[in-house]
Amino acid sequence: MAEDTEGSFSADGSSFAEGSMPLEGRAAPPMANGEVIFEAPWQGRAFGLARVLCEAGHYSWDEFREHLIANIAHWESDNQGEPYQYFDCFLSALMELLDQTGLCQSEALGVREAEFTARPHDH
Amino acid sequence: MSHGHDHEHELLPQAIRTEAIESLLLEKGLLTPNAVDEVIARYAERIGPMNGAKIVAKAWKDPEFKKRLLDNGTDAIEEFDLEGGQVEKLVVVENTPTEHNAVVCTLCSCYPWAVLGLPPKWYKDPAYRSRIVREPRKVLAEMGLELASDVSIKVWDSSAEVRYMVLPMPPEHLSDEVLAQQSEAQLAELISRDSMIGVEVLG
Repeated sequence: MAEDTEGSFSADGSSFAEGSMPLEGRAAPPMANGEVIFEAPWQGRAFGLARVLCEAGHYSWDEFREHLIANIAHWESDNQGEPYQYFDCFLSALMELLDQTGLCQSEALGVREAEFTARPHDH
Repeated sequence: MSHGHDHEHELLPQAIRTEAIESLLLEKGLLTPNAVDEVIARYAERIGPMNGAKIVAKAWKDPEFKKRLLDNGTDAIEEFDLEGGQVEKLVVVENTPTEHNAVVCTLCSCYPWAVLGLPPKWYKDPAYRSRIVREPRKVLAEMGLELASDVSIKVWDSSAEVRYMVLPMPPEHLSDEVLAQQSEAQLAELISRDSMIGVEVLG
């Protein structure tokens, strides 16, 4: 089985087959993460935001982790059969924590999102 | 990181939501303009599995360091002065000819960032997280690692308090003589991320 899959390394992990493990073939080289960690720029921004606020002392990573675990557990009980979206859970965890700590309340966020959604696209 | 389809991604509600959060936090003065870029660059460029590879290479060459590493990983890696800070407590588990170790986080995505960088996509996937515990031999085989039946497998569940890293065995073809001749930097080149998660054996 290993021989069959070594040639089909997929740098973005998209070789994930339903019902089985994603097959990466040979492992990534040690000098780099070896693959795309963030599949879309917003995922990197969300991760960066979560870390910056934690490092600034607004919450501990443990607190963030609690929200992340709850969101993942919620997804797993609700979305069987859907493709798993880790960073959707991550973003929901961040939103909850921002609302709870008052750093960025849901109402204000909803207003800003509506503004951004209504922007004309320049392409 | 970009695939030339960024404009499509950026229309996603998640992208708009992330941008909205960032803009509100900037206005409140809770973020400086470059803070997020700096964090992303740190994880993309300086925190990664090369840190773990250096540690493993040193352990292969220096029995005294290896002993300290296995006794208390957190203390032993202090001399490497790593960024990342996510290793509250690092436990290093050693693969041997009769015992194989693999690492998982069953609840979310806990991972020893300081030594391995950010986790690969499959590490966060529900399939890996649940199945590696239930049927490790089968999952490892699916990932390309067929272990002999007389090799026992231990799976370590990471948590907020404890992060695990596997100390892989050197590749079989590497004689003790070659191991002694090669520098730690040369050896580090041979050590893959996946071998330090325990889903690969160095060949």
